[in-house]
Amino acid sequence: MNGRRTFLRGFVSVLLSGGAIGGILKILPAKADAREAPPKGQKWYGFGVSVDKCIGCARCMEACKNENNVPREPFFFRTWVERYITRKNGVTTVKAIGPNEEPSPEAASDKSILRSFFVPKLCNQCASPACVQVCPVGATFQTKDGVVLVNEKTCIGCRYCIQACPYGARYLHPVTRTADKCTFCYHRISHGLLPACVEVCPTQTRIFGDLNAAASPMSRFLRMNKIHVLKPGLNTEPKVYYASLDGEVR
Amino acid sequence: MNPEFIHTLRELLPQIQGYIYPNEIEIHWGLLIVVYPYITGVVAGAFILASLVKVFNVKEVQPLYRLSLLTALAYLLVAPMALVAHLGHPERFYEILLTPQTSSAMAMFGFVYAWYLMAVLLLEIWFVHRTDMIAWAEQETGVMRFIHRTLALYSSDTGERAVAFDHKALKVITIVGIPSAFLLHGYVGFIFGSIKANPWWSSVLIPIVFLFSAIVSGIALVILLYMVITPLTGGKISMKCVDKAVDFLFYAVIVDFSLELVDFIHRVYQSEEEIKILSEMVMNKLFASLIIIQVLLGMLVPLTLISLTKIFWRRFHLNEDLRKMVYFIAVILIQFGIFATRWNVVIGGQMFSKSFRGLTTYKMEFGGIEGLLFSIALLALPIVILAVLTKILPPWQEMHAEPVSEGAEVAGS
Repeated sequence: MNGRRTFLRGFVSVLLSGGAIGGILKILPAKADAREAPPKGQKWYGFGVSVDKCIGCARCMEACKNENNVPREPFFFRTWVERYITRKNGVTTVKAIGPNEEPSPEAASDKSILRSFFVPKLCNQCASPACVQVCPVGATFQTKDGVVLVNEKTCIGCRYCIQACPYGARYLHPVTRTADKCTFCYHRISHGLLPACVEVCPTQTRIFGDLNAAASPMSRFLRMNKIHVLKPGLNTEPKVYYASLDGEVR
Repeated sequence: MNPEFIHTLRELLPQIQGYIYPNEIEIHWGLLIVVYPYITGVVAGAFILASLVKVFNVKEVQPLYRLSLLTALAYLLVAPMALVAHLGHPERFYEILLTPQTSSAMAMFGFVYAWYLMAVLLLEIWFVHRTDMIAWAEQETGVMRFIHRTLALYSSDTGERAVAFDHKALKVITIVGIPSAFLLHGYVGFIFGSIKANPWWSSVLIPIVFLFSAIVSGIALVILLYMVITPLTGGKISMKCVDKAVDFLFYAVIVDFSLELVDFIHRVYQSEEEIKILSEMVMNKLFASLIIIQVLLGMLVPLTLISLTKIFWRRFHLNEDLRKMVYFIAVILIQFGIFATRWNVVIGGQMFSKSFRGLTTYKMEFGGIEGLLFSIALLALPIVILAVLTKILPPWQEMHAEPVSEGAEVAGS
């Protein structure tokens, strides 16, 4: 009896010790896999979108497909542009625009239109990425500078990450049979270049840069605008920031 | 790139309603992932039925004991096949076992599965059959003798102490086994329930609903197998046993139905931002599979049928054939109902856009790995495995024996 009591006491104290509890808790929340924003001096990439500036020319989509060998078929996108039309009766219709888009209805001539705008979308490179949390083999991961990538050599193609992404940013690449998505053009930014979509945007709708940099287009964008992110309630902490985002956008 | 696949996606384009994110047109978890939770559900349910005999001492269902253990094993062996087959890279499946990421619910599959197969099911089956295998081997010659001796791990002790140890081990394994069976299927529910991006899945109730629907499907399937196999092997169906098993099935269906009802009421009452698109999906895309098959044919009709046998017990009691027929229809309907439940969870969860603005469609293929034919083969495979298992570990003697009565009050007292 005494032995059992001693054992129990020992067992409970081990459980209560910080090590055991910390160890158990560490595997549970998504936060455990997410890196907190690193100290100044280290890069932590983010992305800005000025909704008001987008003209829906779809050059970003074209540039992205060319740069990253994304399949041409209209079912696979690392970035896309949505057109919102809210009519005076309160009904909003949304469409993903393509390169051969018919011209948008003119708000000036179509009097039923209340407001209309374009919203570019891409992977939000979340600070607490749900996709990284659920990947069973660790094939999708967050880099030190805050970009979520997929290792196509270890991805088993279970598509759990595709299910877990709240933004529809991922697809299964039909050739590699692995998950694929926007990388912020990691091969370009690691050489100091801009992502292809940012490079080609004629209206500077898209801004890219280090969130830790004191003076950069990115930090200026964050300073000069009222900022919102997509689906903040899911606590994924996106690093794609939108200026002048309409409440209809999800 | 597979041009046929692209063609299929193109065909889906006109069927999209409203707006979906452009990457969402492909339903990523198809029929195979419907089959997977259905199969693991049967495993968990069959095991729970077996534990009724061992832990709760329900003597009436003794004829189902070995049959349900073997059924659980047959289905458990097939469960990972559906999973591996659906992977983009099936040849890399071992990565999930060698380098699992601890934060992933899916990565735990290997451990949960291995634990359940090795530590629970195989051990229990071994201890149940050990003395029998020794006895069989003594009377046999040739291959069967070799098989039974090897499976018994060359143990030969049938003395009193050894048998007592078997019984004690069985008790422990079953007691460990019940939470393990709960874990196995509750865990499958958690894989879906923990996806916060998907409001159709994301619910604390999902693992529990999965669990009870698992118990329902497992018990119903074992009853069905018992009612089919017993006459085929020259035995007589024990109505005492079937009545009792149907009793448990009845309560399990009621609990399952109530849980799903609670989930439904909760969603409708809370009426969050996704409610519009979800109700549109239920009324358009899932009407047949959810309202008609899952709820009406899979639950309400069987519940009514079984209730009738209870309400008009005197009439049904006299006519065993009538009762058999009613039970038979009920358990078959329940199988379809539970399969539809899995369908509605898995496919339904991917039919609406995460923009909550539109619906896509699932077009089932016929051939190929993701096709109907392959899934039917997967669903038939456990029956084949079960046939083989019953050749090696025949449960006939137990199945054909009339159970002793009392028992029920033993559990109560």
